[in-house]
Order: sequence, then structure tokens, then C-alpha cells
Amino acid sequence: MEHLTNKDFTSDQEVKWCPGCGDYAILRSIQKALPNLERKREDFVFISGIGCSSRFPYYMEAYGFHSIHGRAPAFATGIKLANPNLSVWQITGDGDALAIGGNHFIHALRRNIDINILLFNNEIYGLTKGQFSPTSKKGIQTKSNPHGTTDEPFSPSDLAIGAQASFFARVVDTNPKLMQQIFIEGEGHRGTSLIEILQNCVIFNDKTFSNITAKDVKKDHQLILEHGKPMIFGSEMNKGIQLNGFKLEIVTIGENGINEDHILVHNSKEQDPTLHAMLARMRPPLFPIALGIIRNVNRPTFDSEIVSQLKYEKKNSAFNNVDDLLQSGNTWEV
Amino acid sequence: MEGNNRKVIDLEKVVIKFAGDSGDGMQLTGTQFTDTSAILGNDLATFPDFPAEIRAPQGTVAGVSGFQIHIGRIDINTPGDIADVLVAMNPAALKANKNWIKKGGTIIVNIDSFTKKDLEKAGYENSPLEDNSFEGFNIIQAPITKLTRETLRNSGIEGKSIGRSKNMFALGIVYWMFNRPMTQTETFLKKKFSKRPEIVEANIKVMHAGYNFADTIEALTSSYTVLPASLRKGTYRNVMGNQALAWGFLAAAEKARKELFLGSYPITPASDILHELAKYKNLGVKTFQAEDEIAGICSAIGASFAGNLGITTTSGPGLSLKGEAIGLAVMTELPLVVVDVQRGGPSTGLPTKTEQSDLLQALFGRNGESPVVILASSTPANCFDWSYMASKITLEHNTPVILLSDGYLGNGAEPWKIKSTKDMPDILPNIAKEGKEYQPYLRDKKTLARKLAIPGTKGLEHRLGGLEKEHITGNVSYDPENHEKMCSIREEKIKRIAEIIPNQEVFGGKSADLLVIGWGGTYGSLYSAVDNLISEGESIALIHFNYIKPLPKNTASLLKKYNTIVVCELNSGQFANYLRMNFEGKVFKQYNKLQGLPFTTLELESHFRTLLKK
Repeated sequence: MEHLTNKDFTSDQEVKWCPGCGDYAILRSIQKALPNLERKREDFVFISGIGCSSRFPYYMEAYGFHSIHGRAPAFATGIKLANPNLSVWQITGDGDALAIGGNHFIHALRRNIDINILLFNNEIYGLTKGQFSPTSKKGIQTKSNPHGTTDEPFSPSDLAIGAQASFFARVVDTNPKLMQQIFIEGEGHRGTSLIEILQNCVIFNDKTFSNITAKDVKKDHQLILEHGKPMIFGSEMNKGIQLNGFKLEIVTIGENGINEDHILVHNSKEQDPTLHAMLARMRPPLFPIALGIIRNVNRPTFDSEIVSQLKYEKKNSAFNNVDDLLQSGNTWEV
Repeated sequence: MEGNNRKVIDLEKVVIKFAGDSGDGMQLTGTQFTDTSAILGNDLATFPDFPAEIRAPQGTVAGVSGFQIHIGRIDINTPGDIADVLVAMNPAALKANKNWIKKGGTIIVNIDSFTKKDLEKAGYENSPLEDNSFEGFNIIQAPITKLTRETLRNSGIEGKSIGRSKNMFALGIVYWMFNRPMTQTETFLKKKFSKRPEIVEANIKVMHAGYNFADTIEALTSSYTVLPASLRKGTYRNVMGNQALAWGFLAAAEKARKELFLGSYPITPASDILHELAKYKNLGVKTFQAEDEIAGICSAIGASFAGNLGITTTSGPGLSLKGEAIGLAVMTELPLVVVDVQRGGPSTGLPTKTEQSDLLQALFGRNGESPVVILASSTPANCFDWSYMASKITLEHNTPVILLSDGYLGNGAEPWKIKSTKDMPDILPNIAKEGKEYQPYLRDKKTLARKLAIPGTKGLEHRLGGLEKEHITGNVSYDPENHEKMCSIREEKIKRIAEIIPNQEVFGGKSADLLVIGWGGTYGSLYSAVDNLISEGESIALIHFNYIKPLPKNTASLLKKYNTIVVCELNSGQFANYLRMNFEGKVFKQYNKLQGLPFTTLELESHFRTLLKK
């Protein structure tokens, strides 16, 4: 198979996001990640709903479908069931996936259909010009709530784990290397791979993630999880996560008799989601935010189970064409 | 037939209604009588009438479930206006049907369920059998419960199962009345309960007991027969509308060499299409019970984009929810069939009752200029032809099609002369081939249809979406002139489908005094009424539409020949207004009904007579 490059995935359409938007980095990371998958370009389908992020398919040289608000998981499901050989990517935002499309979002995860969902979470509505979203921090002042929001935000990870997600990862738009790696691993996972991307909106919610991504804090405020590795972070790489009773806590290696052996080792393949949920909930300043693949477990995918039912029925049925069906059962001659 | 010397009267046609509690097995009883009559060669039509509640309180009028069957040796087009024979398993069943039984008709009641308590539940203070409520009717008081128990006394069958076989006693009585053999039902029972031979035996015994009871009692002075109808030669089967509609899709997918994908959410009265198609994974059918109506249609559009024949099925409220996605299918010009099995509205309305009130929603119920093809089936059996035709149009023209059926058609049944797929027209999906330059919105000069490029096809990668498309390239375009051009192309594309559809036919005189117009599910009643009046010598004709948008090309020239036109529909005049919009200046009278019920032939005849006298 001919080797493709990022240029092969770049369409001829002018990219129209605001200058400085986090979406550019995500687009470039995808275009760089896809050639590593060694798949034919014509087998990639990008499907989106509505919102800034949902313009994404237009910029990809692949099959693309910019659908309607919130419904992309349903289109993606139809596409994957129609042709399970395709590599299906859903591009969505916090409004598209968690407000208008919340229902489809949880049901895709529940069914575990083999698609990849890239959730661009910028905690704001961009395309409609700055209203709060279901992930906006409580109390922020926006045009649609000038006195401060009274809505509790959703935690996408809790929603996903509650919906029995088999794969949940989190990345930041400032780390293209990690993005590429996670996109490749997400595609490798059989089932719904949900990748939350903390993405900065320069216009309506600038620096909302600065306490995670700013150069001076990122080492202390980011924990990049790797399966089988201890949860160590910090500018000195001497901080770690420990489980104390039912709670997580931060410890310092070399203090109070703590050594590396006391630090939790990440097991993304653990079926029980309790610890995954706790890790995903960590937030600065009390904790670092967990990035990387938090949960990656195997369970049967919706599409593969349908394919095997189809195969079984085709093989074991008394008839295999419509004429036989029409003539079956109670008939009589006139 | 064995039996005594009572006379057998030959009938041209007869309407029988089985009515009881929703747990009494009336649907099964009716279906058995139907199948037996069909095998004897009668033409027939049936209609079940059940409550929206699964098990409404026992013995109440709300919980009455009915099954009406119209059999004849003549052409039968409706399940019949009113019953000649009513089987009422309890007082509630009698009460619910008291206005739907012919004066002087026969009523068979299960007298054991006319106790004080039963009467109270049905809201009767006194037994209607003991006052003069049913004077002039031939009432057969059959102790069905008691005799069923008696029959099975030493059978070892438990009480609950004994109670459940009462319906077989009633069926036995009706089999005797109409001189039908019981063999078909015996075969059915043996198959259905093959693992429980004691249940088979008990049911057969009870049915025979009912038959013998009818043979013995003095009240039934004669039995009847309905001779075979002169149907065209061939192999027949009974089909229900929803079943036929599902099968039409199967045939179309096979003929088009496409996999069939149904994305749907359960809703009365359309769910049976989902149930039917879900059976056929062996034919490669993928049915997806989605999380809601919107996901149902969106998954179907996704499947069409990826190369399947994508369809979605629903009823009125579901069509409302699907509106935005239909607009997307219009914009992206993808194949999609949306089936609306209409029911009474607005809102939740009358889920189990029929109506034709979604026509304007189908035509206009979306944002923007959003034209789609609209077809309407008109008999239970021809639901097959119309889902087939909807698939053909959507795949060849790459444009969404709404197919309107209704609860009356969907649940109604009639004999169907089985078709062979080799006799059905070819379906040639309009798809771009690998290796050629591809412009997503380049069009066929004649039909204006664009070609699809299916994901997985090398070199044809492209992007679709709901934003306005630039002519030919399909790129996003906000250009004012392009938008106007694309709006008119989308409309014109639908109009040009009129070039490939057959001319509208007329039943009756080409320039009769009165032209009756109908569309969709009212065909049986309208045809019967017009046919009866024609045979009485009246100057009347019927034009019944199946192609709603576009209308057949010859419609205008046909309408010119008539001065008095009446449009009959089960809504407040939606099609009449559509015709006014299309044929300015022409006067359309209306005859409308909004009771959740089909037209009766009698009411139509009486209204047409009045119009003819004027």
C-alpha cells in the first residue's frame, strides 16, 4: 500500500477558524496521525454535527459529512453499520455532544460501536458567539447569563463512564505529540473511543485552561497517564498519586518514607471503572489533571455483533431471497 | 358439511366482527376465520380495532378489542361499514359495538359474562339483553364460559388455560354459521403449540364443542355460505399493510443489489414494519432500533451515504421530529425513504386510530424550501408496490421520498396475489464509478439527479453537509445567486419525476356529473361507494391519487373535464388545498371526516347522492 503523508489528508478548502484557535493544532495532529494507521485514504470518514469544530470534515481530504446539530453519533452509527470496514471519526464539541446531542452521545458509548469521537471541549459556544455550554465553569458570565451561570457543568468523563465507555482519553490542544499518539491508539481500540480534547477558544473563553496548559504550571498540573507506569508528575518528577482509603492523594517521593513503590500504577485495562472515574475527576489546584488514556477496556462492539448475527442468519436460514419469503407460510392457489 | 336439515343460505358478502376483552384472543380468532375464508377462495378485507392501552381494566369499554372481517364472492375493498354478525364476549364488547351492527343482525353473546358485576364494569345498570335495546336483533345467548369449562372438565388443563380457550368456542360457532371447515385452524394450533400437545387438544375440543353447540340449538335456524370470489389465477396469501410495506423494501433492495438499512424508533402504528424487517438478517437486512426518532432517521441517512438503501419508519409525531434531518437529506441529495403510517393528531392524538392529517406536514413541514417526493399507498396489499416504488425513485434520483400510509392500511389485511421479483421493474442506483473525475453536484441533464460517491471508493473522496452547496462542485457556498439557483434545481428535480411516472387513471366516466377525488388509504371506501352508484346508473367517477408530489402529468387535463369535484379525505381538507394551490381557479368541494375512523361506504354514497341531485 502506498504510504500517505499529512498532505494527502489536506483538502483544498481554506480553513476558516479564528487565528490562534486550538482547532488548528488538532487538525494538524489528525493529518499527521492518519498516515501511521496504514489504511487507504478512501476508508476514512469524518462526520460532524454543528459548531466551530464541526467544520473539521471540510478541511480533511477524506470522505466527510457535516450533518446536523448533535446528531453526528447517529449518522456515524448508520455509516459504520452500512460498511463496518470504514474508519469512522466523529468530530464534535461540548455543545454538540453534551447539550443538544447528549442522548446520542451516551447511546453510542453504551452500544460501543467502533467509532472514534473527538470531543473538542472549549467550555463555551463559539459559533453562536459566546453563550455558556454544558461544560462551562459554574458562575462564568456570558451573553446568555450576564449575572453568572447557575448551571452545574457536566464532567464528560463521568458521563462517559456512566454510559459504560470502553475507551476514554484526554489531551490538551497544546500537546500535538500526545494528540497524535492518542488518536492512533483510539483508532486501534475496538469500540467507541472517546477522546476529550481541552481546546482553547481565543475569542470567547481565552485561557480557560491556562492553569493546565501554561508553561509555568503544566508540569505540576498535568499527569500524563501510561498503562503499566506509576502515576508520577511534577517539575521535579517527584510527585505521585496514592490511594488513601477511598480517596486519592498526592504524595512526594522521598518524603515521609514514600518511594516509587508506593505510587499507584496506572491500569487502563481494569474493567471496574471506579479508579478511572476518580482519576478523570482530578483537577488543579488540588490535583493535576489526568491526560492520556484513562480507560481502555475490551468489550464486544455493536457493529461486530451485528455482523456476526448477519453471517449466522445467512448461513442457517431456510431461504435467502425475497421470492422464497413471499412464497413462504400460508398460501393458496386460485 | 355435516349437520341437520337446516337450510344453507348463499350470501354475496358478509361482515363479521369479533369483540371481547383485550385479553380474550379476539385478534387470533379473527385471523383464523380470515385464513380459513381466504383458503376457501373468498375475497376479503380485515381490520383490527384495539385499544391504545395494552391491558385496559378488564371488562370495561376502554379495554374492548375487536377484529372485523368482510368476506365475499364479489370484489371486497373495505373491511365493511357495519357488521352483519357480532360476537360479543362481554357486555363491554356489546356496548362498544352497539352502533356498528346492522339492524336485525345476529349477535352472539357469551351470556356467562353478563353478571351484575360484568354489566357494572361496562356501565350498564340493567342487562341490555333484557330491556328492548336490541329489539329486532337475532340474539344468540351462548353459555360460552360454562360450556368451555364443561368440555375441558377432565382434561387436566388448569383453570387459566381453560379461560383462555373460550375464544375457540366462539370461533366454532361462527365456523358452523358460515359452513367453514375447521381443518385450517386445527393445523394452525398444532403448529403453534407443537410443544404442548395438551393445549392443542384442548383448543380443538373447545372449537368442536362450539361448532356442535351451534348445530344443536334452535336459535340458529339457518347457516350461510359465501362462495369463492372470481379472483385472478395465481398463488395468493394474506398480507397486512405494514407487512406488505416491509416486503416491498426487501424486494427493492434485492433488485437494486443494495443492503437494506432501517433506522427506526418504535411508534404505533408503524412499529410492525420494524418488527417485520428485523426478522430478515438472512436477507442482509440491518435494522437499528435507535434511541429516538431523530437517531432513527440520521442513522438511515448515514447508511445511505455509505451505500445502503437507508429507510426510516414512523408515525405523525415522529415525522415532526424527523423534519430537520429530512431537510439535510434534501440538501445532500441522498437516497432516503421516510414512511409515515399516519394516525390521529395533533400531538399524541389517537395512536391506534387512522387519519390522513400528515399530508401538509409531509409537503411543507421543514425549514426552507425543502421539496421531497411524496407517495401514498392505498390498499393493504399495494403497500408492497409503493415501498418498492419509493425505493426505486430514491435510489435512481438520489432524493428523499416520503411514503404515506395510515393505521387503517397498516393494520388492515387482504389477499394478495404473490408477485415475483423478476416481474418488478429494474432499479438502477445512480452511483459514480472509480477512476472518473467526480463532481458531487454535477447533474444528469434529463433528471437533474446528482451521482453518489460511496465511501471506500478510491479517488472520490468528497464532503457533504447541510450548508448550501455550490452548483457542480458541492463546496460550501454563500453566494446569493447560487442559493436561488440551487433552490430552483431542487424543486425542478422533483417536478421532472412526473416524466417517468404513469398517467393518472380514472375509474368511471371521463366526463361524469360528479368527480370524486381521493388519495391514500381511503381508496377502498371511495371505490366501493362510486362503484355502487355507477351500477345504480349514476354519472360519477373516481380519481384516486398515489403520486402526491409530483402529481401525474395529466392531472390538469383530467380535471378540466369535470364541473363538480369533491375531494374526500380524513382530515379537514389538506389535499383539497394542495389541489387549489396547483390548479388555480378550479373549484374543489370537500367531504371530510376527523373521527379517527375510515369513511363508511354508506355515508359516502349518501353524500354523493346529495351532490348529484343538486
